[in-house]
Amino acid sequence: MKTIKIDKTQWAAGLDRLRESYRLIGPAPEKNYHVFKSLETGQKPDLNCQNTRLSPKALVFPQSEPMMTFTLDEKQPDHHIMKAVATDDAPRAVLGIRPCDAKALKLVHLNFDTPEYKDPYWLVPYLATTFVGLACDQPCSACFCTSTDCGPYHETGLDVLLSDGGDHFVAKVLTEKGESLLTAGGWTQAIDAPDIWSIRRQAAEAAIVTHLETDRLGQIDLLALHGADFWEDIAFACINCGACTYVCPTCWCFDIQDQVHGTAGKRMRQWDSCMFPIFTVHTTGHNPRDSKTQRVRQRFMHKLKYFVEKYDQGIMCVGCGRCVRYCPVNIDIRKVCGLMNSFGSDQSCDMQA
Amino acid sequence: MVEYTEKIREIAAQLLKQCQVDMVIGFRRGSQVMMNEPCMVKRADAVDSLVWDSHCGINLANYITGRTEKIGIVAKGCDSRNIVTHIVENKIKRDQLVIIGVPCTGMIDKRKVAAMAGAEVLAVGEDGDKITIQTPQGEMFVDKIDVMQQNCSLCVHRNPVIHDFMVAEPVAEQTDIDRYADIRHIEEMSDSDRWNFFEDLLSPCIRCYACRNACPLCYCPTCFVDEAKPQWVDKGQDAIDIRSFHFLRAYHCAGRCTDCGACERACPVGINMRLLTRKLEKDCFAQWQWEAGMSESTRPALDVYRPDDPQDFIR
Repeated sequence: MKTIKIDKTQWAAGLDRLRESYRLIGPAPEKNYHVFKSLETGQKPDLNCQNTRLSPKALVFPQSEPMMTFTLDEKQPDHHIMKAVATDDAPRAVLGIRPCDAKALKLVHLNFDTPEYKDPYWLVPYLATTFVGLACDQPCSACFCTSTDCGPYHETGLDVLLSDGGDHFVAKVLTEKGESLLTAGGWTQAIDAPDIWSIRRQAAEAAIVTHLETDRLGQIDLLALHGADFWEDIAFACINCGACTYVCPTCWCFDIQDQVHGTAGKRMRQWDSCMFPIFTVHTTGHNPRDSKTQRVRQRFMHKLKYFVEKYDQGIMCVGCGRCVRYCPVNIDIRKVCGLMNSFGSDQSCDMQA
Repeated sequence: MVEYTEKIREIAAQLLKQCQVDMVIGFRRGSQVMMNEPCMVKRADAVDSLVWDSHCGINLANYITGRTEKIGIVAKGCDSRNIVTHIVENKIKRDQLVIIGVPCTGMIDKRKVAAMAGAEVLAVGEDGDKITIQTPQGEMFVDKIDVMQQNCSLCVHRNPVIHDFMVAEPVAEQTDIDRYADIRHIEEMSDSDRWNFFEDLLSPCIRCYACRNACPLCYCPTCFVDEAKPQWVDKGQDAIDIRSFHFLRAYHCAGRCTDCGACERACPVGINMRLLTRKLEKDCFAQWQWEAGMSESTRPALDVYRPDDPQDFIR
């Protein structure tokens, strides 16, 4: 695969050229952390942040998104008729997305692009976006991407992979979309770099300090795992907030709600969380997941068991570490994964033992 | 405060061994730096998982709401005031509880430490008022007062107001504390400045409800924002709905909030929603000299009529 060298003195000018054909999005400071934002004219993505507080999932799957509009005004000929909201297919480039987040989007894609259903609200912006990744040479201590079939130099879901070389970037061209972007930026200096990627990848992977075992998750008996004795202990601290869900790059659950102001209505798609009691409450009032322990179990079983069985693509987690870092009560998916993976292999699964 | 750990374990083991309680609720060592995890210990031989240090900022009163067991609970000053509030509001009975009181010298604000370190914080040690922060660049030493949660530096009730055991002698209470300088500053703003201030304050909210759920006061079976029949508040990211949530939640805590700081601590995007609850706390004190959770025998400010209540709002 072709490698391009981008001298950092050429970075800003190239970004300006890119703006002629793309809307640019990248990490930018917000209060005391970073989030992905549209970059203003002249603004460069801040590539010095370790990872954004919120994942870039919302770029393709916004937390609140209008799907349809309607009017309840019966004087209008089209009253009560749902009209699709136009989706944005204008080309855009996300600069500096981490490999874990790019792979996460690929996992979420499984939910929105199936043989039966093609979700235009996801597909149109996803396909209109060119993803320029930034390899992760200084991972956080809570990161565990090498245990999730991902890694600091992983390429899945990316069109270009950048690696920071101090006064320059090297860019690995991964797709035609990526090639077009680099050409549009005027970055064309191909270099011969046979070893550079593997050397840097190995160094970055060696910097990941946390490792998970996930090998047994697929084969463990589902119902036995569901009935494991550790769930109550894991769930005790949980306050059933949605912090883990909402910072997670792979959580894809949503709710659909109609919002009406006067006679003008919108049918909205809103993120939802399996941690919330109303996530599963029936119209009868019955709630099949009425207890905190059931909800906590659902979150981990979905990511580490149901997903594994249904899709056979590993776990529904890319190891970005956000849920570990931002859980208010320090519930740690790495610990839970360890308990689940070793379930049945020994009898010492009681966390207090 | 690390020296409390042994005493907490000793009392917990005794309570469990003598079957005085079914469980002891406390903290165990977290997997993340500056984090401990609330836990329950049910066996005397498991008490060694219990710890105490300056990272026990979550309010444990939140974990006893509506429980029916006999419970031993580790409680610092603010936790104990929320336990009192729970007793007054009939969420738990006093005789269900054995309270292991912890004289508190304040909890560390992990955001302040991170900001001060300027790099990833690998470990934090404490020796009394001295804090050691370890980063990849080396060690740095700071005074605890400079990295304390704001609610702790403003705290005037560090010692438990209710307890069955104390793990140490009471600590000296902080005096001459101006609790409301920042609130007065907001009060003095023009209407439009104040509006903009709150808009900016709440703009990062992702409606994960960590603030609400970390709060011992928020125990409604269905919160008004979750109510669907009828739906009072839309569920999305509209700024009006976000404001409605925060303002109404604050009012729901009026005269009940102990400023334990769990809400602010829990927030994944660092919103200081205590600016809302503390305004109401300030007003409650000014109007009725009321401080929440100080006594089991006094009804809360908004729960009772007194002939000498201020009447000058009636015109």
